Amino acid sequence: MPSRTGSHSPTGIGKSLPERGLLLLMVLVLLEGSVIPLGAASSPDTGHQKNVDNHKAEGEKNHTKKAFPVLDLDYRHIQTPFEISLWVLLASVMKLGFHMIPRLPGIVPESCLLITVGLLVGGLIKLAGEKVPPVLDSQLFFLCLLPPIILDAGYFLPIRPFMENLGTILMFAVVGTLWNAFFIGGLLYAVCQIQPANPNELHQLEILPCLLFGSIISAVDPVAVLAVFEEIHINELLHILVFGESLLNDAVTVVLYHLFEEYSAAGTVTVLDGFLGIISFLVVSLGGILVGAIYGILAAFTSRFTSHTRVIEPLFVFVYSYMAYLSAEMFHLSGIMALIACGAVMRPYVEANISHKSHTTIKYFLKMWSSVSETLIFIFLGVATVDGPHHWNWTFVTVTVILCLVSRVIGVVGLTCVINKFRIVKLTTKDQFIVAYGGMRGAIAFSLGFLLKKEEFPMREMFLTAIITVIFFTVFVQGMTIKPLVELLAVKKKQEAKRSINEEIHTQFLDHLLTGIEDICGHYGHHHWKDKLNRFNKKYVKKCLIAGERSKEPQLIAFYHKMEMKQAIDLVESGGGVNLPSAVPSTVSMQNIQPKKPPPAKPVEKALPKMTKGREEEIRQILRSNLQKTRQRLRSYNRHTLVADPYEDGFSELLIKKQKMIALEKKIKDMNYYLTVPAAPPDSPTMCRARLASDPQSYSSKPAMDRVPTIQVDLASPQSPDSVNLMDEFRRADQQEEDQGLTMKAPSGQSGFNRPGEADRGREQQKLTRCLSDPGPSADEEEEEEPFLP
Amino acid sequence: MGASQTRTEHKYQDLADKTGFSLEQIENLHKRFQQLSDNEETISREQLDSIPSLANNPIRKQIIEAFFDKRNQHQNEVGSCEEIGFEQFLMVMSHFRPPSLKTTEEEKEAMRKEKLHFLFNMHDTDNDGTITLVEYRKVVEELLSKSGDIEQETVKAIADAAMLEVASTNVPHMAPDEFYEGITFEHFQQILKGLEMETRMHIRFLDVDTPTLRCGKSSS
Repeated sequence: MPSRTGSHSPTGIGKSLPERGLLLLMVLVLLEGSVIPLGAASSPDTGHQKNVDNHKAEGEKNHTKKAFPVLDLDYRHIQTPFEISLWVLLASVMKLGFHMIPRLPGIVPESCLLITVGLLVGGLIKLAGEKVPPVLDSQLFFLCLLPPIILDAGYFLPIRPFMENLGTILMFAVVGTLWNAFFIGGLLYAVCQIQPANPNELHQLEILPCLLFGSIISAVDPVAVLAVFEEIHINELLHILVFGESLLNDAVTVVLYHLFEEYSAAGTVTVLDGFLGIISFLVVSLGGILVGAIYGILAAFTSRFTSHTRVIEPLFVFVYSYMAYLSAEMFHLSGIMALIACGAVMRPYVEANISHKSHTTIKYFLKMWSSVSETLIFIFLGVATVDGPHHWNWTFVTVTVILCLVSRVIGVVGLTCVINKFRIVKLTTKDQFIVAYGGMRGAIAFSLGFLLKKEEFPMREMFLTAIITVIFFTVFVQGMTIKPLVELLAVKKKQEAKRSINEEIHTQFLDHLLTGIEDICGHYGHHHWKDKLNRFNKKYVKKCLIAGERSKEPQLIAFYHKMEMKQAIDLVESGGGVNLPSAVPSTVSMQNIQPKKPPPAKPVEKALPKMTKGREEEIRQILRSNLQKTRQRLRSYNRHTLVADPYEDGFSELLIKKQKMIALEKKIKDMNYYLTVPAAPPDSPTMCRARLASDPQSYSSKPAMDRVPTIQVDLASPQSPDSVNLMDEFRRADQQEEDQGLTMKAPSGQSGFNRPGEADRGREQQKLTRCLSDPGPSADEEEEEEPFLP
Repeated sequence: MGASQTRTEHKYQDLADKTGFSLEQIENLHKRFQQLSDNEETISREQLDSIPSLANNPIRKQIIEAFFDKRNQHQNEVGSCEEIGFEQFLMVMSHFRPPSLKTTEEEKEAMRKEKLHFLFNMHDTDNDGTITLVEYRKVVEELLSKSGDIEQETVKAIADAAMLEVASTNVPHMAPDEFYEGITFEHFQQILKGLEMETRMHIRFLDVDTPTLRCGKSSS
């Protein structure tokens, strides 16, 4: 989800004022831009209307001959994409703006701010007398705005906690939502019936529309939950409980909604209908999951063959997932569950197959789309609030809000009593409070309400008003207060630490141990089945879906490789930095832990396990090419820089860097100890992952050397014919990489730099890729790096 | 009924107090014990080895060894037995009991320490109180033993890296000529404190009287 660290203002208050002024100006310009086109068109951005307009215009033109228009304004031609882009731009600029205001993001969650902006924009549009684009009606919302958010959530879903708590999550999602729907619907009906004050209005409300309303309003919304929970960083268990519930209750909502909508016209629901409803629920949920899983497996299988066309790898992930969603929606199955299943199923296999860059691309694109979607959704909520036909009824609305809260609390408490009997890690009262308080409603409820037809539901506007009120209440009141409450109650927060190799070893050890103890005890428990699934996965599925050698790689080794790569990247990135890439800077090195051998004939370095020559060479290449780059930049600053590096300030800095380079050389030798990565066949993705150089994510916020790719014009030349063999590997892989950066040859005067102990490498190939100028995301994004094999 | 029954109950009560299991759980486990031992009084290593579903477990030997390790009997003895009786069997099993809603923080800490000690004993095969590099390498090797052909260098590399991590975290500043003997129990506790052993290292012991080999409820 959206990174919260954002960009810092370069200096303090002094600079932020003009920036804010500029921002305000941009906002105004945008608003002008959005209002004027709305005025220019006779109707907002529905496709077929535009065609009708064009036809009319065409018909008129044929009669008279005009002078040839040198400059013409044809707004209708580009109207729809233009407006869409304007909205997206507005949303993004808003997001930027919030992070520039000093203390606001800490107090008010982004969702609140966005809704406020939406209200303002909606107000402006209404003042201008124009019609608001009906965005939150079905098509655009459900088909375009919702899927990216769900896919992002599903793809990065932490599988282990999700599966461990699946029973609890299902209980909350299914039973909890049912309870909410019936409780709210039933009590609302009762209240409406006993209402003496407005005899006409509320008495008209039948039981079935009430129940329908209850089912719409009862579902916890994933978008709202994500938006708020992202910012409060509570522990994993609570996060996955609330979030998982919001995802899985989609099936219940779909079934209840369709059930009550269908039969509202008829007026009665029989037992048979109820029974069919239950069956429908099973079909909807299991069918959705099945559809998602099928597409997920297809995607995994396709990714097995993409080793020669790395560029389009991310596309497969996105398109297959989207098609899973659409297919599920086609059959009225649960699209959200399909999307989650697709993302979760394909992820371990796809990640083993695709290149590192594709992985980064997928991650970035998903985050980007989901961020924009979420922003747009909240803005449009605000706009639709201003616009929508409202019918305020004090009783109805207040009773709804109160009932939502009450039913949520009762539901959570009641269910927890039952669930705790089956759980090992019981849910405490604090946990229950957070789960109850975190049950937010959002845009899905509003859209579902919007979809209702006025003819069948005369109380539609009243429903919409009540839904909006509940949404506002949960997002504003609950959203703003949950953070201080979490602090107040001292709820356990998310553990930021990355998993260490020791933890990984022992997690696996524990898994096997517990499976073994279960076998000795003789009952087939949780671990036994998990172990069976893992073995099945390893034996059959992985062989099918993962290309090449990686299909046989055990999880521990995969983890280890990943960790080593990260360490290597960190080390090189710190550019000869003082700290070793570990959380605790320490002077411990391999020498300290090697057992003392009776008289070591050679120095300790040689006593280390010898890694295969090829691997060693490769690692050296990587490191040196990174070094080359940094050196390159240093030298180019001196003589041939085309683009001045704004962050490099002064020769003294350069000298320091030069010294650091020398220190780094020494460290490369030490790297030998770290990077004992075994040989992998030359064309495995492991090698491709070894292209550390262009991984933008690993870049810390070190401004000096990495921002701007500097170009040495006179040294550019085609590939050196006498490159080392291994470089062929890189070249071949390079040529298929998407960013054909500028290729540079290292100047031959390299020997001036101190390179102790290395053999003559010859001239080497370098690629500067555009990725280098990409500042990496914040550190806590890295947690999602690891493949979550169950 | 009669004298023998009360005697059995009394015996179980004793065990229940020692290990913390309920009487029903002990009965269940006793049935299983009888099954494994062919109705004898003691179990030997071979009998545990012959459990078919254990065959696929990469750390089978260590698990079986843990049953015969005297250090897990809470009696401050070291060494290993040849055969174990029901009481020893239960004592080992008691390490895998989950915490209940009523366990206090101190009890949870104690439980965690006990479980970690169990793990530590499994790694520290020569009883010297530290896990040396050689022992750690063995651990990793065993873990990867069922995963096909793994090169020795990989195993060594992983174990080395893990050891290095322990050393760096616990003894940050060591001179180049100092030697890190091995992972002591305190260091072991330190590096694994993120895993919350008391909640992870448990299995579900069936309360009700079920025949063995029935599918257990999945925990959640």
